[in-house]
Amino acid sequence: METAAEQIPLEHFLFAAGVLFSIGVYGVLSRRNAVLILMSVELMLNAVAVNFVAFAVYTDGALFRGLIFAVFVIIIAAAEVGLALGIILRVFRNRATANVDEVSQLKW
Amino acid sequence: MTVANLVFYLIAALAIVAALGVVTVPNVVHAALFLILSLLAVAGFYILLSNEFLAIVQVLIYAGAVATIIIFGLMLTRGTDLPTVSVGGQWPLALLASGAFGGAVAAAVIDSTWPRDVGEVTLVSINDIGAVLFKDWLLPFEIVSVVLLVALIGAIVISTQEEGEA
Repeated sequence: METAAEQIPLEHFLFAAGVLFSIGVYGVLSRRNAVLILMSVELMLNAVAVNFVAFAVYTDGALFRGLIFAVFVIIIAAAEVGLALGIILRVFRNRATANVDEVSQLKW
Repeated sequence: MTVANLVFYLIAALAIVAALGVVTVPNVVHAALFLILSLLAVAGFYILLSNEFLAIVQVLIYAGAVATIIIFGLMLTRGTDLPTVSVGGQWPLALLASGAFGGAVAAAVIDSTWPRDVGEVTLVSINDIGAVLFKDWLLPFEIVSVVLLVALIGAIVISTQEEGEA
C-alpha cells in the first residue's frame, strides 16, 4: 500500500506553498491594518513550514530534520504573534489606531 | 488520477482560496476566519505528507491558540475603521511584487530536477520524533523554549498598563 506522498510529486507541494507564500507577500504589502499584516505573515510562515516538511519527507525520510525545523517554525510563530500583538495593543493605546501608515514618527 | 492526487488538489484549492480571502475581504473578522480555514487546510497537507504529529500541532497551536490571539487582537484594536478596512492605495504594486515573486519561485521549481523516485516514504511515528528531538536537537529545543518564554513575558510587560498612564 503506497502512502499518499508517494503518489503526489514533490513539485505539487512546492507550487502550493509558493502560491501561499506569494499571497502572504501580497497581504503584507497591500493591507494597512497591523493585525491583518500579522495574519499575512502567518500565511507566509505556514508556506515555509510546508516546504520544510515536503523536502524532509521526499529527500531525508529517516532524519526528520525538516520536520524538527517545522516544529521550531511553529513555536517561533507563536512567540512572534504574542509579542507582535503586545506591541500593536501598545501602539493602539498610545495612538488610537492600528493602521501602520499612521504610525510614522520614526520616518524622516 | 489517484484518490491521493484528488485529495491534494482539493486541499490545495481550499488553502489557496482561503488565503486569498485573508488578504482581500474587507471585513477583518471574516479575514480571521479565512485564516483559520487556510491553517486547517495546511494541516491537511501534513497528513498527506504522513506527518500526523505536525497536523495535530498545527491544529492545536495555529488554528487554536494563534487564531484565538489574533481574534482577541482584532477585538482590542477596534477603531473607527473596523470591522471593515480597505486595502491601501499601493495594492497594484503589491500585486506586481508578489506576482513576480511567485513567478520566480514557480520558474525555479520547474527548472530544478527533483528526486523522481521517492522510494518509500517513512511514516514518522511520534515516538521517533520525541527520541530525535530530545537526543539530537536538545539544545535548540531548550533555546527555543527560552525564546518562547521571554517573548511571552515581554508581550505581557509591553502590553500592561503602567501606573499613572492615561
